[in-house]
Amino acid sequence: MGVGILVEDLNAWYGTTHTLQDINLHIPANHATALIGPSGCGKSTFVRCLNRMHETNPIARATGIVKMGDIDIYNDASPVEIRRRVGMVFQRPNPFPTMSIYDNVVSGLKLNGFRNRRILDETVERSLKQAALWEEVKDDLKKKSGASLSGGQQQRMCIARALAVDPEVLLMDEPASALDPVSTSKIEDLIFQLKSQYTIVIVTHNMQQAARVAENTGFFLNGKMVEFDSTHKIFTNPRDKRTEDYITGRFG
Amino acid sequence: MSSTRMTPERESSSPLPVPSPLPQPPVASAADATPASVGAALSPIRDFLSKRGSGSFADNSFAAVMLLCACSIFAIVLFIFVILVVHSRLSLIQFGWKFFTRQAWDPVSGDFGALPFIYGTLATSLLALCMAVPLALGVAIFLTELCPRVLRAPISFLTELLAAIPSVVYGLWAVFVLVPLMRDLIGPFLYKILGWTGFFEGTNFGVGLLTASMILAIMILPIISSLTRDIMNAVPNSQREAVLALGATRWEMIRIGVLRNSRIGIVGAIMLGLGRALGETMAVTMVIGNHPDISKSLFAPGYTLASVIANEFSEATGDLYLSALIEIGLALFLVTIVVNAIARLMVWAVTRNAPARVN
Repeated sequence: MGVGILVEDLNAWYGTTHTLQDINLHIPANHATALIGPSGCGKSTFVRCLNRMHETNPIARATGIVKMGDIDIYNDASPVEIRRRVGMVFQRPNPFPTMSIYDNVVSGLKLNGFRNRRILDETVERSLKQAALWEEVKDDLKKKSGASLSGGQQQRMCIARALAVDPEVLLMDEPASALDPVSTSKIEDLIFQLKSQYTIVIVTHNMQQAARVAENTGFFLNGKMVEFDSTHKIFTNPRDKRTEDYITGRFG
Repeated sequence: MSSTRMTPERESSSPLPVPSPLPQPPVASAADATPASVGAALSPIRDFLSKRGSGSFADNSFAAVMLLCACSIFAIVLFIFVILVVHSRLSLIQFGWKFFTRQAWDPVSGDFGALPFIYGTLATSLLALCMAVPLALGVAIFLTELCPRVLRAPISFLTELLAAIPSVVYGLWAVFVLVPLMRDLIGPFLYKILGWTGFFEGTNFGVGLLTASMILAIMILPIISSLTRDIMNAVPNSQREAVLALGATRWEMIRIGVLRNSRIGIVGAIMLGLGRALGETMAVTMVIGNHPDISKSLFAPGYTLASVIANEFSEATGDLYLSALIEIGLALFLVTIVVNAIARLMVWAVTRNAPARVN
């Protein structure tokens, strides 16, 4: 089961650029939340702040409070502990090319020293089924390299890799933007099924995608969150003029 | 075919008065018949491009020249090999294949064998690798993953500077610094700690296999570390992020995201270092003791293939002696080839199941 995320006064910088300004937001547990907005508006930075990946860049820093369940992730825990509980899927599929499909999926468990073969086998099957990839790869799990799959399959394998550690939150940074329409719809179906068990935050350029998969949607512009509401409200009756301009395609 | 597509563009690009589409077909068909004459009616860019040839002559001659360059490598290797064999024929006939397994080296009675030199070369080079590889990997990991930005350039520069020092200068430094250090400090310490292994026995003069290995290690450190650094820099950041996002510590990220992806390149870098160590002559000659012995003790003086050629070539009297020295050169040539082949085999064995492509 997932946990909710509470964000209070989150600010983030890259060098001297103030990329996120005073973000306040409640992301409910076991729902999918979409973040939309034009390029460079800060939505990727925002999700990277949720698992403290933002600070892996030496010139980046962040202030504010992010609570995941009961834990204040910036004060109560180390980044490593947080990232074990938060899965992340990136814009471009990034499989480990030197590992088999099997090893790719369980890499998160293996690097933490998990060695029980039976549970590893079960985890591979479970997470590949969750990622709707099991049928396509079950015969050459250990024979084929993770990089030998097609782009869409690689991305689903990366989702399986993130799910294998049984995270409470799943962050997806434009997970389908590098994929063809068929793979994209598979990934959307996946998000639809997964959101009952995980808290999902998905960044997307594609407004239809947000409308299809998410209950709630936040609109980001120039480092600020302009509006956050139920997806239905955002797309039919937004409060803010800028949101309306964006979703009707007047800019962005 | 193309004439129909050309027409509207020509209309817009040239100010020719074309009142209606009707007079056009004859013009277009004329273009089909004599493409060269149309050039005048086209824009200057089209005119220029249409006059360029297919380039097939230039392309083919370029390919031929490149093929020649590639073949020259084979020719040079073959030429060196043939010359070595021809000039060492006296010794080849006298000792046959046994030359490579005989221990004798007696110029006075004309009794020669290469085994002590092969041993010396392999022992010093492998020992040097054992010392240099961990250090070089450490330098490379520090430079790519951990080093603060401001220190990166100076440390890289210093490592590369090490590679630019001539080997005779390393030899001098070794004679005046490393030899006394070995004799008075490192040697006795090793004897005390690891004397029971039998690798550190006998009189320690400061010159010998271990000293030669140490100077070799210092000499091959820069090439291994700077190549490894470049290889690790080439690993895409998405790989590092993928590992970090799974909850990896920094060391786990380096091990899985960086080292694992660059292992083939790192083996290649080590091989280049080994190649340099096998052939290194001057610095080794100055500190190895120059005595054709095969001894288990690393304190014992030794001799390498390259050193014996450098030391004795100018004073070799008699055709058999000279011929034996040239066969030593042949032995060095073969040792290098065999070592490289083994290394290739190792890389192949490690990677045949997993492609190394990083995307």
